[in-house]
Amino acid sequence: MAASGSTRRRATPRERNQTLWFWVFVGPFAVGLVLFTYVPLAWSVWLSFFDARNTVSPTHFVGFGNYTAVLGDAAFRDALGTFAVFTAFIVPATYALSLALALAVGRLRRARAFFRSVFFLPTACSYVVAALIWKLSLFNGVRFGLANTVLGWFGADQVAWLSTTDPPWYWLVLVTVRLWLQTGFYMVLFLAGLQRIPPRLYEAAAMDGARPGWQTFRHITFPALRATSVAVVLLLVINAFQAFDEFYNLLSDARGYPPYARPPLVYLYYTALGQEQNLGLGSAGAVVLALIIAVATVLQARWFGLGRREEA
Amino acid sequence: MNRDMGDALIRVGRALRLVLLLALAVLFLVPFYLLLRNGLASEADITAPGWTFFPRELRWSNLRELFDDPSVPMAHALLNSALIAVATTLGTLLLASLAGYGLARIPYRRANAVFYAILGTLMVPAAVTFVPSFVLVSSLGWVSSLRGLIVPTLFSAFACFVFRQYFLGFPRELEDAAQVDGLGPWRTYWRVVVPNTRPVFASVGVIVFIGAWNAFLWPLVIGQDRDAWTVQVALSTFTTAQSVNMHELFVAAAVSILPLLLVFLLLQRYIVAGVERTGIDG
Repeated sequence: MAASGSTRRRATPRERNQTLWFWVFVGPFAVGLVLFTYVPLAWSVWLSFFDARNTVSPTHFVGFGNYTAVLGDAAFRDALGTFAVFTAFIVPATYALSLALALAVGRLRRARAFFRSVFFLPTACSYVVAALIWKLSLFNGVRFGLANTVLGWFGADQVAWLSTTDPPWYWLVLVTVRLWLQTGFYMVLFLAGLQRIPPRLYEAAAMDGARPGWQTFRHITFPALRATSVAVVLLLVINAFQAFDEFYNLLSDARGYPPYARPPLVYLYYTALGQEQNLGLGSAGAVVLALIIAVATVLQARWFGLGRREEA
Repeated sequence: MNRDMGDALIRVGRALRLVLLLALAVLFLVPFYLLLRNGLASEADITAPGWTFFPRELRWSNLRELFDDPSVPMAHALLNSALIAVATTLGTLLLASLAGYGLARIPYRRANAVFYAILGTLMVPAAVTFVPSFVLVSSLGWVSSLRGLIVPTLFSAFACFVFRQYFLGFPRELEDAAQVDGLGPWRTYWRVVVPNTRPVFASVGVIVFIGAWNAFLWPLVIGQDRDAWTVQVALSTFTTAQSVNMHELFVAAAVSILPLLLVFLLLQRYIVAGVERTGIDG
C-alpha cells in the first residue's frame, strides 16, 4: 500500500496507537456496512449473471442473459414509465405546496407553531396507515366513501377510484396520499431555508422600491432558497423512485396486484420474491435500477451545481 | 395608491391567507378524523349510505374486540414493532455516533477513503438493495426472525454522516481538557462528548425511531411468518389480502400511530431540528 505522503517512513507509536483507536470507533460500523451493504451488492451482481430461480447459489451461468431479459421485458419498461408519470405529478405538486405553506406559515405572527404542527403531523403516519385510510374510507369507490359522498352532494356520479383505468383515477389517489404524507417534511426544510435569508436583503430590496409580494419573492426569496430547492427536488425524485408502500397497499388485493401502475420496486418485488423467485432476473433489475439512480443523482447534482453555497 | 388603501389591501391579504391556511389545515386533519370516526363506530355506522359526521355512539369496546380477536395478532405485532424500533434506534445511535466521532476526530491516514466508502452507499438507496439483502439474510437463515429484521438495518450511512458533520463543528476545548486530565479517546467520548451532544442524539434517534416504526418493505420481505409480523405488515395484510371488520382495522390503525403521535407531541422540537439538520447538507 502506498502511503499518501511521498516519503515512506515507519509509523510512530503514537500514530499506530491512533490507528488502533480509529478502528475501535469506526470498525464495528464499517464491518456491518461491508457485511450488509457491500457483500449483498456484490452477491447480487454475481447472481445477475446466473439462472437463479429459487436459489442463492446457482450453477448455470447465463452471461448477460438476465440483463437482456429484464431490459426486453415490457413490464420492466412499464415500471420505468410508471415512475416517470408518478414523478411528473408528485415532484412539482409537493414542491409547490410545501413552498407555499412555508411562505404562508413563516409570515404568520400568531399560531405559527400550531399550523406548523398540523401540516407536519402526517409525517408521523406510516404509508401503510395512510393507504388504509385512502383505500378503505376516503377513496373506497363505494357510496359510503368520503370522496364519493362529497361528489354525491354535488350530484356527480360515483367513481371507482382505484379499480378504473379509464380515466386513470388511481393517480389522484396515489398522488394525494404521498402529498399528504410528505408535504409537512419539506415545508419544515423550506422554513429553515427561509430563516437563513438575512433580513438585510429584504431591507435593501425595499429601499430599491421592490414591492412586497411577488416581486420580492421572485427576486429575493426564490433565488436565496436555491440550495434548499435543489436538495428538496433531489430528495423528492429519489423518494419517488423508491415508491413502494402506497402502491402496494392501495392497489394489491386478494387477487394480487393489477397489471397497471407498477413502479420499479413493485416490479422487483414480484419478480424476485413472487411465485417464481427469479433472483437472477431480480438482481439484474436491481443493478439496472441502482445504476439509473446513481447516474441520475450525479447528473442532477452536476446540473444544479450542488455544493454551491446559498446565494446570500 | 394612497397609504390607507395599501394598508387595507395588506390586511385583506393577511386575512385571506389565514382563511386559506385554516381550510388547508382542516383538509390535512381529515384523514386523522376518518381514522377515529371509523375506529370508534359500529360496522353499520361506517357502511351506512348517508354520511354521519360522528358515529351515533362512540364504541370504545372496539379496542377490546380488536385485542380479543385471535385472527388479528395485533398485540404480538405491536410488541414486535416496539422491540424492533427500540433496538434499531439504540443500535444505530451507538454504531453511527462512534463511527462519526472516529471519522471526525481521530487522525488516520486513510480516514478519507473510509469516509467516502461509507458515503458512497448513500448513492445506492436501501430500497434498491432489498433483493440482494434478502438473498444474504435468507442464506444466513434469518428470515422471519427479529435478528433478520433488526441487524441489517443498523448500519445507517446517513446517521453516520450526520454525526460526523456534527462532531466536526463541536468545539475541541472540552476534549483537550479531558486529555490533559489523562482520559483516553474512549473515556473522553463517553464522559465528555456524549453528555454534551445530547440534542444531536435526540434528533437522530427520533428520526430513526419513526423510520423503524413505519418501515414496511423490509419487514414485509423478511417478516413472512405471522409471528414475525410488525404492526405495518399486520395492517397491510388486512388491507390487501384478508378481509376483516372495518371498525377493527381502523381502531388497529389508530392504535398503531399512537406511539408516534406521543413522540411527536413530546419531542417535536428535536424532530424539527433533526429534519433541518439532516434534510440538507449544510
